[in-house]
Amino acid sequence: MRGHLILRVVSKILIPFLLLFALYVQFHGDFGPGGGFQAGVIVAAAFVLYALIFGLRATQKIISPALLEVAVPLGVLIYAGVGVYTWLMGGNFLDYNMIDSHDPSHGQHLGVLLVEAGVLLTVSSTMLLIFYTFAGRGR
Amino acid sequence: MLDQLPAIIIAVPLIAAAVCAIIRNETICWLIALVVAFVSFVGSATMLGQVQQYGEDISYKLGGWAPPAGIEYKVDLLAGYVLVLVSLIATAVLIYGRQSVKVEIKKSMQGWYYTMYLLCMCGLLGIVITGDAFNAFVFMEISSLSMYTLIALGKDRRAVAAAYQYLILGTIGATMYVIGVGLLFTLTGTLNLADLAVRLGPMLDTPAAIAGMAFIIVGLSLKIALFPLHLWLPNAYAFAPSAVTAFLAATATKVSIYLLMRYLYTVFGFGFAIEQTPIPEVVMVLSLLAIFAGSFTAIFQENVKRMLAYSSVAQIGYITLGIALANATGLTGSLVHIFNHAVMKGALFMLVGGIAMQIGTVRLSDMAGAGKAMPLTMFGFVLGGFSMLGVPGTVGFVSKWYLAMGALENGWWWVVALLMLSSLLVLVYMGRVIEVAFFRERPADAVPLKEAPKSMIMTAWVFILACVYLGFDTSFTVGVAEQAVNVLLGGAQ
Repeated sequence: MRGHLILRVVSKILIPFLLLFALYVQFHGDFGPGGGFQAGVIVAAAFVLYALIFGLRATQKIISPALLEVAVPLGVLIYAGVGVYTWLMGGNFLDYNMIDSHDPSHGQHLGVLLVEAGVLLTVSSTMLLIFYTFAGRGR
Repeated sequence: MLDQLPAIIIAVPLIAAAVCAIIRNETICWLIALVVAFVSFVGSATMLGQVQQYGEDISYKLGGWAPPAGIEYKVDLLAGYVLVLVSLIATAVLIYGRQSVKVEIKKSMQGWYYTMYLLCMCGLLGIVITGDAFNAFVFMEISSLSMYTLIALGKDRRAVAAAYQYLILGTIGATMYVIGVGLLFTLTGTLNLADLAVRLGPMLDTPAAIAGMAFIIVGLSLKIALFPLHLWLPNAYAFAPSAVTAFLAATATKVSIYLLMRYLYTVFGFGFAIEQTPIPEVVMVLSLLAIFAGSFTAIFQENVKRMLAYSSVAQIGYITLGIALANATGLTGSLVHIFNHAVMKGALFMLVGGIAMQIGTVRLSDMAGAGKAMPLTMFGFVLGGFSMLGVPGTVGFVSKWYLAMGALENGWWWVVALLMLSSLLVLVYMGRVIEVAFFRERPADAVPLKEAPKSMIMTAWVFILACVYLGFDTSFTVGVAEQAVNVLLGGAQ
């Protein structure tokens, strides 16, 4: 894609906004449609766009497949970690009320926020890992 | 602590799977998996004990949300019985499989193997424990996806093709299940199984409910590998790594049968699904076809793992036959056979895994003279074969006895005759292996054989001995099964 100046410049401009939009979708999940899964896909899409324009090797310099292989289970651990924390606080698994002992609604808020962060991490890295696997074939 | 057990047996394997995926060291992952599987087993057994002792179902509100809106984990006698089975087999196969995994699976993949194994166990336990129709689908996907991966880890290249075939058919099955659940949800507005049963009551004869029921039953039948939807099973079992085959054969289809029982007897209800629809007749015909087609095809298999896989198709037929009989005795036979078949088929696949490790193949012709070189393995195989045959004093006899009595209660004496006849087919295919192993000389140019590693032989023999022990002392299997049948039939009467 070396010759395609317009593509290179436009995608460079687009990518920060894509990531910003992903964060918007992520945090909007508290109030309406949105959340970790959708945001994770958008994050992955931003990196896929980068890989399409600047090449797989350049993208893997930013995020290596080995890092992604750790990020996928790490997201699950964040999710499950919230559950373990609620266990330690004496509640049922994933009972967010237990996170904040003073105000249960704060607990619900924080719980969903953390869980969705875990989902974002796992979904985006899984998507990107799938892309790497297919794009890296035949090398 | 005790009241958190329902969540512990699901969440701990999930967390451990993620930890294994990060560590990826074979020894550490194996240890983690073993400890976690054992914890799940102890947890399941404790819950079953509690339910038996207090006569009260355990209900767990996940996330603190009360059912029917929230997801409910529910352990009654039936669920507890299957939970104990799955976690017990999972633990045993971990002890058994380590040496075999070291040989059969690439070093870089061994850590992933334990990750997938734990995920699969988590999914299977989840299907059993959840009281929520959609949550069951999620767990079904967790267990199935990890299962496809496990099968594809087989060293034979055909394992990938087998896994792909299973992926396609398994996904169709899961999709049908979720379409059915979707229809029922639109109709009733609830996903909680118990609540679904209550609300569905007056609407059962609407077309939407019947369509939902049909989708769910066909989808689950695909997962069960009920004839003629069994096409994914022989290849998947034949080409998966030995330890995976032993685990899958003993647990995966059983869990789907459990779910089918739940839907037929609890959600749609005995009064409707069994008495007012032709489901029992259809399932009975398919079960008998499964028994005969499966056993008959098994006779002509050259690959011993494939032979046992076809035999599994037949054995699943026995279990679904009990569902079709729809009386307490037949259902008891069905539930007992879920456990008994898991024990004997698990043992047989474990022994074959040892043979695969020593001989390098599982072709029948390569096993000539193995009886002399591997006496423990082959003698275990003979005892396992007796059990499959239903010789009195083994578990196979117990379950067939209950099935036959159940058939007589319905006045279906010809089913009893067919059951007898089917045992002869078992004699033929198990006999072939025994004939080749004991009565043929090992070719002079063949590699010398020795017994499989101790850990493999011992675990397999524990199961073989259990086949005999549980054939005499039926207080656990039949005892719990009879009570669990009351759970199934009690809701209807």
